[in-house]
This record gives sequence, C-alpha cells and structure tokens, in this order.
Amino acid sequence: MRDKISSSPVLSVVSKILFAPIIIFGLYVQFHGDYGPGGGFQAGVIVAAAFILYSMIFGLSKGETLVPIMINRYLMCIGVLLYAGVGIVSIFLDGMFLDYNVLSSDPSTGQHIGIILVELGVGITVATVMIALYHSFASFGEINE
Amino acid sequence: MNFLLINFFLISLLLVTTFFIFKTTSLISVVALTGAFTLLCSAIYVNLDAVDVAFTEAAVGSGISTILMVMAAAKLPEGKKNKLINLFPSIILAVAISLILIIIIANLPLLGDPNAPIHLHVVPEYLKESKDFFHIPNVVTNILASYRGFDTLGETIVIFTAGLGVIALLTSNTLNRKTNFKKNKKNER
Repeated sequence: MRDKISSSPVLSVVSKILFAPIIIFGLYVQFHGDYGPGGGFQAGVIVAAAFILYSMIFGLSKGETLVPIMINRYLMCIGVLLYAGVGIVSIFLDGMFLDYNVLSSDPSTGQHIGIILVELGVGITVATVMIALYHSFASFGEINE
Repeated sequence: MNFLLINFFLISLLLVTTFFIFKTTSLISVVALTGAFTLLCSAIYVNLDAVDVAFTEAAVGSGISTILMVMAAAKLPEGKKNKLINLFPSIILAVAISLILIIIIANLPLLGDPNAPIHLHVVPEYLKESKDFFHIPNVVTNILASYRGFDTLGETIVIFTAGLGVIALLTSNTLNRKTNFKKNKKNER
C-alpha cells in the first residue's frame, strides 16, 4: 500500500506537469487576495492539493521525502505563531493586539503589511495541516497489512 | 430573470444529486456525489455574488474533503448491506425539522432587501470606510484580516488544533510503521 505507485504513465506525466502551476496558482491566490477573491485559507488548500496529488501518484514515501513529517509539523506551528506574532509586535509598538496601524509610519501601509503577514500565517498553517491530515489518513492501518 | 433561471436550474440539479446520494449503496459513489453537491453549492454562491465563499467551498468542500473521504472510504472494509431498519422515527424527525426550517424561511428577509438587519448594522460603515483607509479593494479581506482579525486568529488555531488532534490519534501508528519500514529495509540487505 505504502509504495503503491500508479502504473499509468498518463497520471504520472500529467501530475508532474500540473505540480508547478498548481503551486503558482496557490501563491497567486495567497498574495492577490487583497485585490480579488481569495486569501490564506483558499491558497493553503490549493498548495496542499499539489502536494497531496504528488503523494497520491508517486506513493507516500516519496511524498514524505518531499515534505518531511517533522518539517511539516514545525511549519504548522510557525503559521499560527506568525499570526499571533504580528499581534504581539503591534503591542510592543504601542498599539493594541492585532492593531496593524502601528506597523508602519503610514497607517494604511501598516494595514497592508499586517494583512499580508497574517494571511501568510493562515496559508502556511492551512496548507501544512491539510498535508498532515492526508498523510495521517493515508498511512493509517498500514502496519496491519 | 437570468438570475432566477440559473438559480432554478442549479437547485434542481442539487435535488437530483441528493436523490442519487440516497439511492446509491456504494460508498465511493456517495463520496463522489457529495463532491458534486458541494461544487453545485459553490456555483450557487457565485450566482449570489459571494465569490469568496464560493472559492472556499470549491477548494475545501469539493477538493480536499472529497480526497479525505475517498481515503477514508478506501480504508474501510467492504460493507455488508444493512437490513431494513424501522424508518418511521427518522421520517417523523425529518418532517418535523423541515417544517421548522420552512417556517423560519418564511420569516427571513427577502434576497437583496436593503432593509435587512444584516445590511444595517456595521456593514455600511465597513463598506464606506475600508476603501478610503486600506486602499485594498477586496472588502472581504479587510474584514477577515483586519476588522475581524481576532476571529480569524481563532479560526487558524481551530484548524491547527484539528490537525494536532488527527496527528495525535493516528501517529503512534506512523512511528511503528517507520521502524518496521527500516527493519524491512535492513532485512532486504
């Protein structure tokens, strides 16, 4: 089960071609969320979909080499800490928790910086949690086989 | 008029999908049909101009959760067919809940009514203020990340906790598997 690699060449070629465009689309949704629909949640899921597609086609072992489990778990925490960290930094800059106005001399620019950082934190957490969920589900019960 | 026609078409498709979800016995087809159901829902959201919600529904509802359900269905053993159970209590419950929902729907404000409570509370302020102050055209992002930043922090922590929970439940297995994997490799050598 673990290394059950898809035998169809069509699937492996198509997923190799699609991998990079999916991630680029995820980054577009992430950083263009201020101007169009999108944001951290959607972008995180789209980026996670690329990695899940990879480990579905090429097997879990290869997926785990691409995103090692421990690094994935650290990134999960880093996303939440980045979000909360923006709030803490704004406290230290004489603002209130998550008050982005103080992040820059111009309040409007401060809001821009704050929103982009916060969305990045959301994106990282969502993407890594989705990858972790997939890997936990996919590897569950393998020991019995 | 177009709006109504498209909505009618999508909702009738939704009903057809629901009917087939009830009819199929195969687990994988149920998962696939549920994916189709959420995709139709996201089309309805687009028709209602809620693009951000539609985007989330398409990515999370019909994308990731369908994949996870397929994984879960693949892990389950072949199910035996259930014997016919007594459907009477569930039918009464379903009818009662639908009656309550229909009564509530009759009391909802009309779609797009400018005097609906949700359009009179803080929304006008947000719409007016955010464009001049943030210079960010997407008001949804402003509300999510700035006005309601604290709520979004909570949501992120909820997702993080869900991930932690799944890892904690399923990981002891993963570690065992890893050592077994290494042992197998050594044996092969």
